[in-house]
Amino acid sequence: MSTTTPIEPDFAVSAGLVQPRLPRWGSALVAVMALALAGLLTMVLGLSLVAGFVVAALLFVVGLPLWSRMVEGSRAAADRFATCLVWASFAAVVVPLVWLVWLVLKNGFGVLSVEFLTYSMRGIVGEGGGIYHALMGTLLVTLAATLISVPIGLFTAIYLVEYGRGGRLARTTTFLVDVMTGIPSIVAGLFALALFVMIFGPAIRIGFGGSVALSLLMIPTVVRSAEEMLRLVPSDLREASYALGVPKWRTIIKVVLPTAFGGIVTGIVLAISRVIGETAPLLVVAGATDSVNMNLFSGRMMTLPVYIYTQYSSPGVPAFGETGPPPGYARAWGAALVLIAIVMVLNLAARILQKTFAPKTERRR
Amino acid sequence: MTFSAPTEATRKPVVRLGDRLFAGTARTAALIIMLALAGVFVFLTIEGLPGLTAPESIYKPADDFWSYVGPLVFGTILAAIVALVIAVPFSIGVALFISHYAPPRLAAPIAYVIDLLAAIPSVVYGLWGGLALAHSMTPAINWLYDNLSFIPFFAGPPSVTGRTMLTAGIVLAIMVIPITTAISREVFAQVPRLHEEAAMALGATRWETIRLAVFPYARSGVVSGVMLGLGRALGETMAVAMVLSATPVVTLNLISNTNPATIASNIASNYKEATPDRQALLIATGLVLFAVTFAVNFVARLIVSRHEKKVSR
Amino acid sequence: MAKSIDVSDLDIYYGDFKAVEGVNMSIRARAVTAFIGPSGCGKSTFLRALNRMHEVIPGARVEGKVIVSGQSLYDPTVDPVAVRRQIGMVFQRPNPFPTMSIYENVLAGMRLNSKKLSKSDADGIVEKSLRGANLWNEVKDRLGKPGMGLSGGQQQRLCIARAIAVSPEVLLMDEPCSALDPISTSAIEDLIHELKSEYTIVIVTHNMQQAARVSDETGFFNLKAAGQPGHLVEFNPTHKMFTNPDEPATEAYISGRFG
Repeated sequence: MSTTTPIEPDFAVSAGLVQPRLPRWGSALVAVMALALAGLLTMVLGLSLVAGFVVAALLFVVGLPLWSRMVEGSRAAADRFATCLVWASFAAVVVPLVWLVWLVLKNGFGVLSVEFLTYSMRGIVGEGGGIYHALMGTLLVTLAATLISVPIGLFTAIYLVEYGRGGRLARTTTFLVDVMTGIPSIVAGLFALALFVMIFGPAIRIGFGGSVALSLLMIPTVVRSAEEMLRLVPSDLREASYALGVPKWRTIIKVVLPTAFGGIVTGIVLAISRVIGETAPLLVVAGATDSVNMNLFSGRMMTLPVYIYTQYSSPGVPAFGETGPPPGYARAWGAALVLIAIVMVLNLAARILQKTFAPKTERRR
Repeated sequence: MTFSAPTEATRKPVVRLGDRLFAGTARTAALIIMLALAGVFVFLTIEGLPGLTAPESIYKPADDFWSYVGPLVFGTILAAIVALVIAVPFSIGVALFISHYAPPRLAAPIAYVIDLLAAIPSVVYGLWGGLALAHSMTPAINWLYDNLSFIPFFAGPPSVTGRTMLTAGIVLAIMVIPITTAISREVFAQVPRLHEEAAMALGATRWETIRLAVFPYARSGVVSGVMLGLGRALGETMAVAMVLSATPVVTLNLISNTNPATIASNIASNYKEATPDRQALLIATGLVLFAVTFAVNFVARLIVSRHEKKVSR
Repeated sequence: MAKSIDVSDLDIYYGDFKAVEGVNMSIRARAVTAFIGPSGCGKSTFLRALNRMHEVIPGARVEGKVIVSGQSLYDPTVDPVAVRRQIGMVFQRPNPFPTMSIYENVLAGMRLNSKKLSKSDADGIVEKSLRGANLWNEVKDRLGKPGMGLSGGQQQRLCIARAIAVSPEVLLMDEPCSALDPISTSAIEDLIHELKSEYTIVIVTHNMQQAARVSDETGFFNLKAAGQPGHLVEFNPTHKMFTNPDEPATEAYISGRFG
């Protein structure tokens, strides 16, 4: 019996089941060496910190597969190389996100104050002023856009799911909604501009024009999400309602819409968060102003994204005798922080809504 | 009581008033969408037509519409291509990371974070690109000039501000990545598990499995994702307008101070001092942009629908 | 009051496809009529044609006559919605409305048609219907809870309560027990026995023992061949059907030689 025991590992080796592998700590070792080498190069050549990290990453991506090729063979080396590249691309994409968020937080927080949130830019030349007019403008323009697009979008979705039955109008509408999804935002703005120019003459700039442009961008999102949610409502429920002698339109209002309610609201909130940061269309049709304007139908109206753009493109100069970045930049960062906060709150709200309403429909099997 | 319906319905055609109103409203909504899109075409054309044949002085520094819009179209396409060249490999990498490489528990949150990239308003990207990235790009631009200036893209002279086509392309790329990633991720996830297991059972490594089973299956899906990203890059306004200081030139040079504008950014930076003639001209360029993006999106949808047919078969 | 149904020469189509052909039968009031037959033979389709529910599917249409106490259902002036108010239906899978409580589910037929009900009337209808569906004792303390929280068998009885709350003349049941466990099934079968005194009941079932247990009359549907329309092979009192059927095909099916 004693002869049989040692056979197994021999068999494993001869059958090729055991092959040389890099040690588990292999990649860690290469990483440390790459960092060390890059650090040395950075000091000798006087590279910047960022360049140093890039060099370290390159060394790692080249070094690990090389070592692996020597020990494990070319197939394993290719696998390791691909793994390195995939991880590296992910890391490289996260870097700008973190960088951007960090900059907005760092530069934006210093600017936030009661004054910043409650004053307009009226009569401000150098420092000071705030975003009140832009905040109000954004809320009004977006609210009006929502009021336009939700009924149109929702009823279109109802048409597609409940009435269209794959007919010609339904197919055309689906196609057109696809086309609308691809409209560049600035073209939406030009459309609203052209529309209002035709009605009021060439110099027109009004907040409501911005709402029209935004709803053009919002409608396809609302249609898509509402359509998807309505299709998720089991047809059993419609049949149950019909069998009780309920007309179709009441079935839709009282049974189908309430069942899909959570998903539809989530979709609408997400659509709002998408358009609330749109700049180009508002710049073109709503214009820019320094003062508060609460009337959507008369005069230029400032919005947060346009505020950021104008503060960036004409930032002013520091007060006499002082140096440093122009005061507009700080206000732009502050407004960017407020804008991102609004977008993130909307996204979060959408997620929470989704979570709270999801189980009811999903429990059905 | 007979079985007949309530009196209101006995002698009339049997469609209830409520049903008719409601169906009519739904139909109207669908028609409004049709009208709105037709309106986009019609109004842009009506307001833009005068821009095609305006007096020569309007087209300064060019002298007719096509020589005005030419460099803009070139700039639009150049910026979009630079963006895609950067974005596509990263998007595929990140999509693979989420679908095949990331620890399963982390995959969903990571996907969410990438989607958040899409939620950040473009004007904030522009701010970041103009105030932070451009400055940080100058060493890289100098290095490219010093070492690779024999390639026409890096012919220089290098910009000192960093506000170059390359920088704009990077900002655009970051805005495109979430779109392309989302679609690639979806098609990677749709690859039938059996295909992958078949490859693994043949002793393929993870990378070989991806090359054998995942890529061939997902190719057309990825292509359509890239096309959608292209549509976004073509139409994006603020990021380019805030990074580039534009001159109407046609140049492949990505790292110098003279850069062509894109159609969208040109509209955004000129709308303010626009006279009615000039405004018509800008609207006409907008129509050109609409046509280009429409074509791109159309091709993308075509590829997607063909892919869907292939999968369903 | 419960009504009888007379069907003559009924053909049912889905688009160009003829699903059921040439059915003639008369269904007695205050009795249970069961339809049996192999899958796809059109018995459910036929059932849905009895209250014009099949029209919900695009392209579906009917030729022939269905007459309920002298009134033809497919007369062009008849409102399908009004038909369904008087001929209720219970489905294969329990389908209570997920957004409504037990109480609201029972009243759904009234509320969805926005009938004004006083609180005491509403309470009365809910209790009567739930008692009628043998569910009252199990749910009377949690009427405000969502209907989806009940067990499958309870959900199905809730659906029956919902159907009888609008006091229909006829109750159609499309395989009401096929998604339920044996204990719930037996509860539903007991319920069918009790409901028979007040309603005309038509039930489709896959289960021949069930047909034998609950029904007074039975119809056997079959296909002539695959791709052909389904047709009514035999319609007789249940006792005769299961002991001495007229048709050899019925005999073969019942004794388990096919299907």
